[in-house]
Amino acid sequence: MSATYTLGIDVGSTASKCIILKDGSEIIAKSLIDVGAGTSGPQRAIDAVLEAAQMTREQMAYILATGYGRNSLMELADKQMSELSCHAKGASFLFPEVHTVIDIGGQDVKVLHIENGTMTNFQMNDKCAAGTGRFLDVMARVLEVKVEDLGRLGAMSEKTVGISSTCTVFAESEVISQLAMGTDKCDIINGIHHSVAHRVTGLAHRIGVVPQVVMTGGVAQNAGVVNALCEELGTEIKTSPLTQYNGALGAALFAWQAANRAR
Amino acid sequence: MSEAVKAPAKPAKKVSPGVAALRQVVEDVYAAAREAKKRGEPVGWSSSKFPCELAEAFGLHVVYPENQAAGVAANRDGEIMCQAAEDLGYDNDICGYARISLAYAAGKRAAKKVDPATGEYVIDPASGKPLKDADGKVVIDPETGKPKKDPKTMTPYTVLEDLNEIEALPDGEEKERRLASVKGYRQMIMPQPDFVLCCNNICNCMTKWYENIARMHDIPLVMIDIPYNNTVEVDDTYVRYIRGQFDNAIKQLEKISGRKFDEKKFEQACANANRTAKAWLKVCDYLQYKPAPMSGFDLFNHMADVVTARGKVEAAEAFELLATELEENVKTGHSTLPFAEKYRVMFEGIPCWPKLPALFKPLKENGVNVTAVVYAPAFGFVYNNMDEMVRAYCKAPNSVCIEQGVDWREGICRDNKVDGVLVHYNRSCKPWSGYMAEMQRRFTNDLGIPCAGFDGDQADPRNFNAAQYETRVQGLVEAMEANKQAKEA
Repeated sequence: MSATYTLGIDVGSTASKCIILKDGSEIIAKSLIDVGAGTSGPQRAIDAVLEAAQMTREQMAYILATGYGRNSLMELADKQMSELSCHAKGASFLFPEVHTVIDIGGQDVKVLHIENGTMTNFQMNDKCAAGTGRFLDVMARVLEVKVEDLGRLGAMSEKTVGISSTCTVFAESEVISQLAMGTDKCDIINGIHHSVAHRVTGLAHRIGVVPQVVMTGGVAQNAGVVNALCEELGTEIKTSPLTQYNGALGAALFAWQAANRAR
Repeated sequence: MSEAVKAPAKPAKKVSPGVAALRQVVEDVYAAAREAKKRGEPVGWSSSKFPCELAEAFGLHVVYPENQAAGVAANRDGEIMCQAAEDLGYDNDICGYARISLAYAAGKRAAKKVDPATGEYVIDPASGKPLKDADGKVVIDPETGKPKKDPKTMTPYTVLEDLNEIEALPDGEEKERRLASVKGYRQMIMPQPDFVLCCNNICNCMTKWYENIARMHDIPLVMIDIPYNNTVEVDDTYVRYIRGQFDNAIKQLEKISGRKFDEKKFEQACANANRTAKAWLKVCDYLQYKPAPMSGFDLFNHMADVVTARGKVEAAEAFELLATELEENVKTGHSTLPFAEKYRVMFEGIPCWPKLPALFKPLKENGVNVTAVVYAPAFGFVYNNMDEMVRAYCKAPNSVCIEQGVDWREGICRDNKVDGVLVHYNRSCKPWSGYMAEMQRRFTNDLGIPCAGFDGDQADPRNFNAAQYETRVQGLVEAMEANKQAKEA
């Protein structure tokens, strides 16, 4: 019997990610383009993943789109699903014992409760951008550092500076004030990580934190935020090198299920 | 010269006799108030859960700003009226209904933009629906490549008018033109108040809102203060405190109306209110059928009758008529829901009136019917004497403790067999939204169903984001489906 290939695409607010799966178990190729919904990112991500796999669209048994821009792929994809279920699916594939997923994306924060690999409940942030990836982007710009360096710089901190977790704009003003006072950048960054963790913890406690806890999304690459969250929640948090691709992975897994059902 | 009722641009969709009767009851309440105002009789503005039986006992005409604000918002004029209130100095953090009402009380009106040179209305090119050909296909404009607009559905720009400014103008063409430009739907032509009836059982913002109106118009404020109930049972001291206020309100209303308190009329109003409440509960209970014979969103529309006319026999009769229609729907398998019911949810909170189509769209796409709303128990109170009436008015969504609130909701969730809960975190209503995080947790623990919350507003469209809402609804649907499959397995 020939193999079944499925493609999952996660069109986020800041990046487009794709994964091709073989028989719902083996990752054949992945791609990431640093622009998301409403841009050329989704098409470029699909082109890139097909090229990496040396395959064509026609060879994909099923394509499933998720993420903020999922509905812009009505013609390209066979089905759309929310990023909530896809993150739950992806995390359950990578960590079969997972019960809680914390996903910090570009413009939202999700906390998912998982039972037997399926999302049974969730909480999302309100309109406020505090605690999201965008919050970290804004702070990195003010501090004149790259967002990907925040984790490394925060690790060099010797103390935590208190930064507000209620509003991105207020927090930005606080960071500027701290810089004006000559506070060490690394300490400010450490404070920013705790600010994000504090915000996310509030959301997580609403739904209840049941171990094993897994963190997904681009922000999970920042060890400073992950460590601050571990401290705030008082529990170990698992992450994966595939963290940014987790939504796309979940989409590819759902696509595989759908392809099997269609047979 | 005054504001006039104008015929709607398009005829209303055909509805059942029961629904038509309910609509007519509300129309009649407002029409009677306008007529009373013309005759020089005092007209009051009342909060939705003020004991209407008291005003009915004096035959006083009363209209309802909350119902008005919902109508203004549903007619897409919430934003301009909220902004008008903000320009008057009211903070955008306060209730959207209050802002619309305060702007209205100050004489602000949504109006159609007029070109002063021609006297014609200026059409907004962004308005209107796509033009369709005889086959129902959208007609594309060859010049722009975009769908052509159906000119019959296009409307003028909305601008803010000031009624006080218009009335100060000398009689003539300009005055007539500006007066005619004020939008003519009933909520935009409610008579200004001669007295206000305020009961803070639904929220405390109400108190300041009505105090402001009373001060603005220099008119009497009849206030019934209901303390927050931190126990499930209403304390006897509360009953005595509120009974004392009823006595005082009667004295004030005697002065306002120039008439003595009519015991018989009062008893009749109480009998009507009880009959309406029973009929309302009966209608709400039809949502227990699976599939339901109606869309639960219908209840939000029928709320207008419970608010504006529960003390009138016509409201009771209209609800009884609707109940017979629903009974028939159950027998024949019909429903007012325009799609097949796949999932059933409780919708928590007031709808986002300015964004009803956006609110309904993902529900329709996913086959989600709203089969439970907390308004059913919250307005379905039945009483036998004055003390019980006082106790009934102590029970409003924002005046009861969380145990009572959870009990109400979990009761209807069980009876109406819901699969999940969709919670509106309503920026206009902090007291209501404030305890929802804890309630969500209890619903999931006690009922084993998923809950999703979304940000929105009952009247101010600036607080709602359709894309965020759609993701949350889709997530809820996926969680309900997973739950269903797990239970079946």
